[in-house]
Amino acid sequence: MNLSRRQILILLPAAAVAWKSVLAGTPEDSPNYRMSDHWWGMLIDIPKCIGCGNCVRACATENDVPDGHFRTWVERYNVSDEDMTNPHVISPDGGKEGFPVAEEDGEKYFFVPKMCNHCADSPCTQVCPVGATFIAPDGVVLVDQKYCLGCAYCVQACPYGCRYIHPQKEVADKCTLCYHRITKGLTTACCESCPTGARQLVDLKNPKDPIHEFLKTHNVQVLKPQMATGAKVFYNGLDGSVR
Amino acid sequence: MSAFKEARHLFHFAGLFVLAFLVFLVVRHYVVPKTFGEYGHYRGASIGEIGNLPVKFAGHQTCENCHTDILDVKSKGKHAHVNCEACHGALANHADDPTIKPVLPDTAVLCARCHTASAAKPKGFPQVVPAEHSNGLPCQTCHNPHSPAMDAGGAK
Amino acid sequence: MSGVEGYMYPNEITLYWSVLIVLYPYITGLVAGAFILASLERVFRVEAVKPTYRLALLTALAFLLVAPLPLVLHLGHPFRSPEMYFTPHDTSAMAMFGYVYMWYLMAVLTFEIWLEYRRDIVLLSQSSKGLLRLIYKVMTLGSSNISERSLVIDEKVGWIVTLIGIPSAFLLHGYVGFIFGSIKANPWWSSPLMPVVFIFSAMVSGIAGVMLLYMALTKLRKQKIDMHCVDTIAMYMFYIFIIDFSLEMLDLIHRIYEADESFRSLNFMAHTKLFFSQIVLQIIIGTLVPLVLLFLTQVVKFTEVVRKRIYVLCGSLILISVFAMRWNVVIGGQLFSKSFLGYTTYKMALVTREGLLVSIALTMLPLFFLWALVKLLPPWNEKSAHQAVAAD
Repeated sequence: MNLSRRQILILLPAAAVAWKSVLAGTPEDSPNYRMSDHWWGMLIDIPKCIGCGNCVRACATENDVPDGHFRTWVERYNVSDEDMTNPHVISPDGGKEGFPVAEEDGEKYFFVPKMCNHCADSPCTQVCPVGATFIAPDGVVLVDQKYCLGCAYCVQACPYGCRYIHPQKEVADKCTLCYHRITKGLTTACCESCPTGARQLVDLKNPKDPIHEFLKTHNVQVLKPQMATGAKVFYNGLDGSVR
Repeated sequence: MSAFKEARHLFHFAGLFVLAFLVFLVVRHYVVPKTFGEYGHYRGASIGEIGNLPVKFAGHQTCENCHTDILDVKSKGKHAHVNCEACHGALANHADDPTIKPVLPDTAVLCARCHTASAAKPKGFPQVVPAEHSNGLPCQTCHNPHSPAMDAGGAK
Repeated sequence: MSGVEGYMYPNEITLYWSVLIVLYPYITGLVAGAFILASLERVFRVEAVKPTYRLALLTALAFLLVAPLPLVLHLGHPFRSPEMYFTPHDTSAMAMFGYVYMWYLMAVLTFEIWLEYRRDIVLLSQSSKGLLRLIYKVMTLGSSNISERSLVIDEKVGWIVTLIGIPSAFLLHGYVGFIFGSIKANPWWSSPLMPVVFIFSAMVSGIAGVMLLYMALTKLRKQKIDMHCVDTIAMYMFYIFIIDFSLEMLDLIHRIYEADESFRSLNFMAHTKLFFSQIVLQIIIGTLVPLVLLFLTQVVKFTEVVRKRIYVLCGSLILISVFAMRWNVVIGGQLFSKSFLGYTTYKMALVTREGLLVSIALTMLPLFFLWALVKLLPPWNEKSAHQAVAAD
């Protein structure tokens, strides 16, 4: 590529800024990232989700998620006015290639992306017999795959069905909130690839994060609040029929 | 004491336990990973290990540092907030080594995923029935993918 | 997706806890139940069941030795299982497995068996030859003192060990019930009754198991079955079974009455996917039939032959029923979606690590261990010990 001098003058400082943000830090590579400065969560804006499946594909690419297993997936709800307690739900291959066309039939449809809720009071970390899954000091629930026995107790204990046993590694696996990205100042793969901004990473400890304003001005919910898991994935516009 | 003599076998049994326990303590000292318990009941080093996993999506910031001309067009159009890799796929390898050429996405599949009309999609979202919309012509015949709206100067 | 009806969360479609996890509580249940039968004589002085005392202890040990195998075979990384000993997580019920198992194996069961058999062991170490002599010599732990006083001490200590052993047995099996009962995510499992139901059904299965083994082995030895013993065992089995049945009915009635958000989905599952294993096998054939038959033996004077036949039938049905109960809990708990909108299917493999053949082998293995233990430490008195020596 032929660069004019002008272009180089613009590019170099931009590259320097980018480089700095790339170095924003893993606990080891950069002293700039301090776990105690952060408390991670996510915001999912239901009215914005179009069910394109970009997030599911991006996650699978970024994290080498095995086929047939999902660190995140999208559900499509079809709710009739007369019976909110019995929605019809589909998630063809987790929504990876999007969804079949829905015909106009007067019923309510919407999409619900789901993932690990990185619960502050997670039932999954409570039951791990050896301490292979845990909540890191910055609020991300992780699995130490070198320590995990593959007993699947955590898989049974998760109310949201977000965990699975990796078929090749034979250890528990799940969404890591792209820990390897967010500790470097990047956003998660799913948020990066979402075309409508339906998914947004939030840092609850950062006073400048727009989530604080959003929480003040919108009605948000978590999934299965009665389980008291302290879930940190907040849904805007979550319908009562969502399971 | 005769009681002790008569119960000596019990002390043999107990002795086995004590021995086993001591062996256990020694083995434990060597086997438990050093960083275990650093932050909580888990191996502290695993946080760093997970943090060092390879990045596959470069992030739009990185793309925009080089592709300023595209950014110029995109930031004024309807796809302003659609990140580059949402359509072009994971390209951290290209950002590290620009000689690796990304594969152009097939618009017939790519655009259709988002823009195929469906009663399930939010009403305000731009959606068409692909078969009726373009008579089989590829989307980029009329639409500039980086600024696709026809009336906003994005038409070709 | 094959085998899925309705909607399951995508990661829920595969069952992760297989038939091996059904086997594990079944086996530890037999251990606990056999031990309770032994303690009936030792602590509660029910003299009538004395003929089964030693056999019950050996049965418990034989099954206890096999108990960790289904767990280890199920793990993704079995060689990491020592982590449960080195870094047990104090909020996890599963973490206590290592310590409870070790405690029960060493400080209760092996200790009690050793104390009970010590005299025989010392005598056999003197009278046998070759490898067997070495084995017995090791088992004496370097003491050949079998004076009257030392045996009295053994008796007293053994009594204390059995006394401690009863809550230990409850802990060994009850914690498994708690593993399931404490999972708020799963309404089929989550219940404070779960550990209690597990313990009582364990007691019934263990007592039934020892009763059947006693009757079978006595017949094989061409000896006469002590009917007073067997009648007493059957009576205890009957009463404990009533308690177990009441607890399970309480759980059922409570669910039907409260009809919470999970009820519709679980009710449908019980009537369709679990119809055969729960309603037909566990409840009707496995519980109601034995209860009625055992009740009849309590109120009607049957002849010895008829009673024997009833006991064998009931004992066998109970063993099947308690296995079905474990199956319905473990497998049933994974067949429905936590969205309450769908069901999946358990596809049990045949020849894999967690398949049917392995399960059958694991069920047979304790019987081999028991055979070896009976040969090594004959439960019946001098006549058999003499035969063991002569066989060398």
